[in-house]
Amino acid sequence: MKMQETQPENQKLNINIDMSDIPRTAKSQTQSNADILENEDIQVFSRDFSVFYGSNEAIKKVSLRIPARKVTAIIGPSGCGKSTYLHAVNRMNDLIPGCHSQGKLVFDGEEIYGPYVDPVLLRKRVGMVFQKPNPFPKSIFDNIAYGPRLSGGKSKSELYGLVEKSLKDAVLWDEVKDRMNDNALGLSGGQQQRLCIARALAVEPEILLMDEPTSALDPRATASIEDLIGELRGKYTIIIVTHNMQQAARVSDYTAFFYEGHLIEFAPTDQLFTKPKEKKTEDYITGRFG
Amino acid sequence: MKLQTRRVLDRSFSGMGYFSVFLLSASLIIVLVPIFVRGIGAYIFKGTVEFRRLNYEKFNRGNKETIEKEMAAVQKFRKPVYDMLAAFEKQIDNEEILNSHEYVRDLEEVKELVRELLGPAPGEPEAVMMRDRYGRTRWDKARKTLFHILYMEKWDHSNADEMGKKVMAPRVDQFKGTSFEKFFPYMEENLENMLRPRLTFYWRFLIDASFDAHLFGGIGAEVLGTIYLVLGTMIFAIPMGVVAAVYLAEFSKETGKIVSLMRVFISTLAGVPSIVFGLFGLAFFINTVKVSNSKSVLAGSLTLALLVLPTIIRAAEEAIRTVPRTYKEAALSLGASKMRTVLTVILPAALPGILTGIVISMGRAAGETAPIIFTAAVSVGRPLNLIETLTQPTPALPWNIYNLVTEHEAVEQIRHVQFGMVFTLVLLVLLLNLAAIILRARISKKLRG
Repeated sequence: MKMQETQPENQKLNINIDMSDIPRTAKSQTQSNADILENEDIQVFSRDFSVFYGSNEAIKKVSLRIPARKVTAIIGPSGCGKSTYLHAVNRMNDLIPGCHSQGKLVFDGEEIYGPYVDPVLLRKRVGMVFQKPNPFPKSIFDNIAYGPRLSGGKSKSELYGLVEKSLKDAVLWDEVKDRMNDNALGLSGGQQQRLCIARALAVEPEILLMDEPTSALDPRATASIEDLIGELRGKYTIIIVTHNMQQAARVSDYTAFFYEGHLIEFAPTDQLFTKPKEKKTEDYITGRFG
Repeated sequence: MKLQTRRVLDRSFSGMGYFSVFLLSASLIIVLVPIFVRGIGAYIFKGTVEFRRLNYEKFNRGNKETIEKEMAAVQKFRKPVYDMLAAFEKQIDNEEILNSHEYVRDLEEVKELVRELLGPAPGEPEAVMMRDRYGRTRWDKARKTLFHILYMEKWDHSNADEMGKKVMAPRVDQFKGTSFEKFFPYMEENLENMLRPRLTFYWRFLIDASFDAHLFGGIGAEVLGTIYLVLGTMIFAIPMGVVAAVYLAEFSKETGKIVSLMRVFISTLAGVPSIVFGLFGLAFFINTVKVSNSKSVLAGSLTLALLVLPTIIRAAEEAIRTVPRTYKEAALSLGASKMRTVLTVILPAALPGILTGIVISMGRAAGETAPIIFTAAVSVGRPLNLIETLTQPTPALPWNIYNLVTEHEAVEQIRHVQFGMVFTLVLLVLLLNLAAIILRARISKKLRG
């Protein structure tokens, strides 16, 4: 597989996985990626983390560490639990009736599903971009300013500066600067998605979750989003769920492969795609199933 | 099934569809056209000099000099009428003609009709009733009165086998051979000169108070009462309805027992006959809670609010449910609380649907009669000011339409008011609906971008 992105230099890879410190159940394929991430700050990690929809276990005892300010891709066939894992990180799973979790999911030293966690505050720190572009039916400006306005106390000029900065970060500023008061739904699909990213950035989050952000877009718009992810690398921790293995290979530093609710393998992206350690991973990336 | 049969079935089905749509529009036209045509007659008609005199004396509208000039002009033509009447009366009194007593009653009748037509004769003392102070203000009514002067009702019993027939006999025949004979052709020829009809646009019909049981003036009190009731209804119904809808659509558990029970209540409420709401309003709001000592706009508004509540809740809930889930997700993912999401994203996006429900309910509240009979409406009343609405009952269009038709002492005289009221009510509701359509279209366009 051809790699378009050069790997950051601090990624001196240690492939030998030591599993001694990880509690393991006999059947689970749970692995730790502790050693792989030796030189990384860990922003989010889970240990034996499971999510249930009613009685159906969607992800099963996943232990995963996600490095700060890196792009981590989660791949896997449909129904493997990759979106569920992503939605757990900012507790969007709360919206689904009957959804509950077990185990540990920790962000910045605090358990995300802890009893004293306010999901509203959590979501201000963990932004999200959805599968389909979902701008509000408001003006472009109001869309971006929505998040900052929630906390209030910002003057008009501060707000305007923040909107401009977010739009510039999302590489959309030049396209929309002359029509900030137009309805956001008048933008093209790719622009809308970049607007959604800008909207998420305006809240100044630490993590950006992307749930198949290009699956509803055409190839050109997809390319623009991927370029944007490249721009954001190093500034934000990005977790991206994608169906598209090439995309994962192009944009991510690390890749996690989920299958039937289990985390099968986690590795630096070039390694996972070139020298997968697990048979299932190899089967999947070579297109034998999925 | 054969292709041929299927085609025939398809065609007959769509044919039936077309037919029922046609029937519906035809009946709508049959109902609306007379209402519009005759209702406009309350606003645009040929007004006589009496109408202008009334307007001047009662409302101080118009120019004093012109009216005096006009009155002087018509008096010139009216004088011979009174002269002829006086002369003939004198002849009777002096028994100058044969069987003079036979004419007394007939002449009285004619005098009464002339007074109806032209108003009090010069020199007569000021009448108590307003209707006796002015002649016919509308030309069409004047023509009718003239007809009654010229012709009288008679019953033809000549054929014993059949029932008596009504015939209109020329009145002039009764006075054949007397000096009064020439009175009738004079009336017929000079009616226009005596009343000076002129096309009048009386838009103040909408806002003028009525005088002497709707014989004069407009329907201002009724229109204002209706507006008060509609606004009052909305003040109570919109917050309650929208909050309930938000709760049902966003906060309640879909499967909860209490929620499903609530839904049953709402559906039941929608099916309760409106007269029952009226009785409930009387029993609860006036007799039990005592929001006012008697009927009042407040009590009527509360009752109407209950009546329209299910409509508003249903429309708003439907509208909220059709807001794309992605809006909600987006807002929540940005760190908005649930309440904030509802207020800033969901309600604005649901606004067109909610507005539609509200305006439909406004039309309903404007037109409902039964709930306000016991709680808010009176037949006669003056326009209220805002504070009085808390304690006072008011006339209102739907109730007064019914009241004029069933209980007025001179229905024939106020037909134009009836039609004017119905026309105004229909127009009010149509305008509300039109406003809703336009508003909805504009907001939807804004939302679509």
